[in-house]
Amino acid sequence: MSVASQDNAMRTGRAARVFIYVFLLVFALFYLLPFFIMLVNSVKPLGEITGGNMIALPKVWTIEPWLSAWSTAQIGVEPTGLRPYFWNSIRMVVPAVIICTIIGALNGYILTKWRFRGDTLVFGLMLFSCFIPFQIVLIPMARILGILDISGTTSGLVLVHVVYGIGFSTLYFRNYYAAFPTELVRAAQIDGAGFFQIFYRILLPSSGPIAVVCVIWLFTNIWNDFLFGASFASGGAAPMTVALNNLVNSSTGVREYNVHFAGAIMAALPTLLVYIVAGRYFVRGLMAGSVKG
Amino acid sequence: MGFLDIKEATKSYGAVEVLHGVDVSVQEGEFLVLVGPSGCGKSTLLNMIAGLEEITTGEIAIKGQRMNGVHPSKRNIAMVFQSYALYPNMTVAKNITFGLEMHGTPKADREKAMNDVAELLQITPLLDRKPGALSGGQRQRVAMGRALVRNPDVFLFDEPLSNLDAKLRVDMRTEIKKLHQKLGTTIVYVTHDQIEAMTLSTRIAVMNGGYVQQLGTPQEIYDTPSNIFVATFMGSPAMNVVPAKVADENGRPVAHVSLHDGSVTSLPFSQANMMDWVGKDILLGIRPETITDEDGADRKSGNIAQMTNQIVVTEPAGSDTFVTMTMGGKDVIARMRSDADVRPGAEFTFAVNMEKAVAFDPRTEARIAP
Ligand SMILES: Nc1ncnc2c1ncn2[C@@H]1O[C@H](COP(=O)(O)OP(=O)(O)O)[C@@H](O)[C@H]1O
Ligand SMILES: [Mg+2]
Repeated sequence: MSVASQDNAMRTGRAARVFIYVFLLVFALFYLLPFFIMLVNSVKPLGEITGGNMIALPKVWTIEPWLSAWSTAQIGVEPTGLRPYFWNSIRMVVPAVIICTIIGALNGYILTKWRFRGDTLVFGLMLFSCFIPFQIVLIPMARILGILDISGTTSGLVLVHVVYGIGFSTLYFRNYYAAFPTELVRAAQIDGAGFFQIFYRILLPSSGPIAVVCVIWLFTNIWNDFLFGASFASGGAAPMTVALNNLVNSSTGVREYNVHFAGAIMAALPTLLVYIVAGRYFVRGLMAGSVKG
Repeated sequence: MGFLDIKEATKSYGAVEVLHGVDVSVQEGEFLVLVGPSGCGKSTLLNMIAGLEEITTGEIAIKGQRMNGVHPSKRNIAMVFQSYALYPNMTVAKNITFGLEMHGTPKADREKAMNDVAELLQITPLLDRKPGALSGGQRQRVAMGRALVRNPDVFLFDEPLSNLDAKLRVDMRTEIKKLHQKLGTTIVYVTHDQIEAMTLSTRIAVMNGGYVQQLGTPQEIYDTPSNIFVATFMGSPAMNVVPAKVADENGRPVAHVSLHDGSVTSLPFSQANMMDWVGKDILLGIRPETITDEDGADRKSGNIAQMTNQIVVTEPAGSDTFVTMTMGGKDVIARMRSDADVRPGAEFTFAVNMEKAVAFDPRTEARIAP
């Protein structure tokens, strides 16, 4: 990120520079404000929220809302907290991301290095799958999950997300491998490497940046999905997003805003974490296809 | 039958035929260069020999074994690519031994073969580096090492020097030639650079538009080009080709060529059968180095013609001076010794070595053979 911007940084005057920094700072704060509010209110006793200022720092700091959201809060009718649903989401997102990335990489490899008659048509159709609205496939998908006898389960959700994710992962890897020199594949063929050997000895070791892009994209989308989760896995197999909704809508007695805030942060944390850990590779990977280093 | 036989090989992409009936036979230990302008089908032919492209019709055989449909790794060939195609994630050592590993050579043998090759190419200090940390010339050596280590029957080179700067290119050229003389391997080498072709090869196939225009030793190609394309493609500066009319002077065929002022000079042919062309138009091919000042003329030649013409431009190039004049309405370049007294605008008496001149049929552009 820094390398790219340094190259075309222009000389700016001092006043302009101050203005730019102030401007950026204001916007950064503006975007951080909601998160700040969520954070401070998740560590306040409920009384401070209902009886006063949402923006103020807590007078009494407490982690009680977090503990409650995690393990005891009422989700629908069960007082289980978000914990089981968090693991549901993990069990959904990890296999889905891994399967999608592997299949996408293989597809990209075949579509660029083992071209066959009609390969652009196949790719076009896969690309098309990225643009089919979710709502259209709900009913056919429910039927297929029923036939496979995995409706209402995490496995069913994994299947749904794999089907939707392959289009994107194929797109990413295909475009990345299109810039990968075909002469390398030819050299490896002469050297006697087979189809899979070329893939994992030559292509995969150079695929780090695009794999990161693909994983971040898939992880964020699958983790944040609500529609499929609500449609195909409500109840015990519900993912985190659906459970969060149930937590907020559980109408027993007072609304525990502090618990809701804590739950919302928990639901957002994994995607934040993934981006913080792998974010710089994300930008690098996005640039890799267009700018040859 | 040769060591590598290409018989009536054609290549089509869909309905488009890009190689037309190529017939080449290469003997063991030969250095064959495929040369021609970009897009003429050199790489396609090389890839067909390697097995990277299918042969549409015809046959390719190595050591008498038909190779059509045989996988590249089973042809016992090795290839050096224009981009070098080094595996970016592997060290130089791994790059060199990868092919042996894939062919199931035991580790101890791989190490030994690698060390031998590294020593031969003087890349031993580079073995632990990744290709990204090498200069162009070093990458080139590693790519050759990767080919050599397999000890193949045939080496295939696809424009291996075209990514190097001019100086390095000349050095590597010499090195490749040395290597060939030392190892005596059979090489098929693709280039668009006619100087590379002349200096490296034992035989040259000049290609254009998917046809092999001429196949012969560098000397044959240079002295007796089979048509105008070959004549002008090989040699730098290119051969001068000027319109001329054949006439009979005292029973001897001569070429009448107009000079800058419209006057006509007579250049007598050494080739007796030009008598058949008396009264007809031809195209006369004269190499720049066969037009000199009178003192610089080839003493061994039995047919030096004098010609006085006006100098248009002089271009001193250190060892030689190139002189441009007008003949038959075209610019003609002569290559003079650098100490020849030439000035633009002056009349000058040139000596033309007509023993080396070639005549072309203007209709077919083919050389009129003696
Ligand atoms: N995959 C392909 N599909 C269609 N035409 C091709 C393909 N590859 C090469 N060609 C055509 O074949 C001709 C020869 O190409 P090539 O062998 O690469 O030329 P050279 O190596 O002599 O520059 C060119 O006209 C090129 O456009
Ligand atoms: Mg080529």
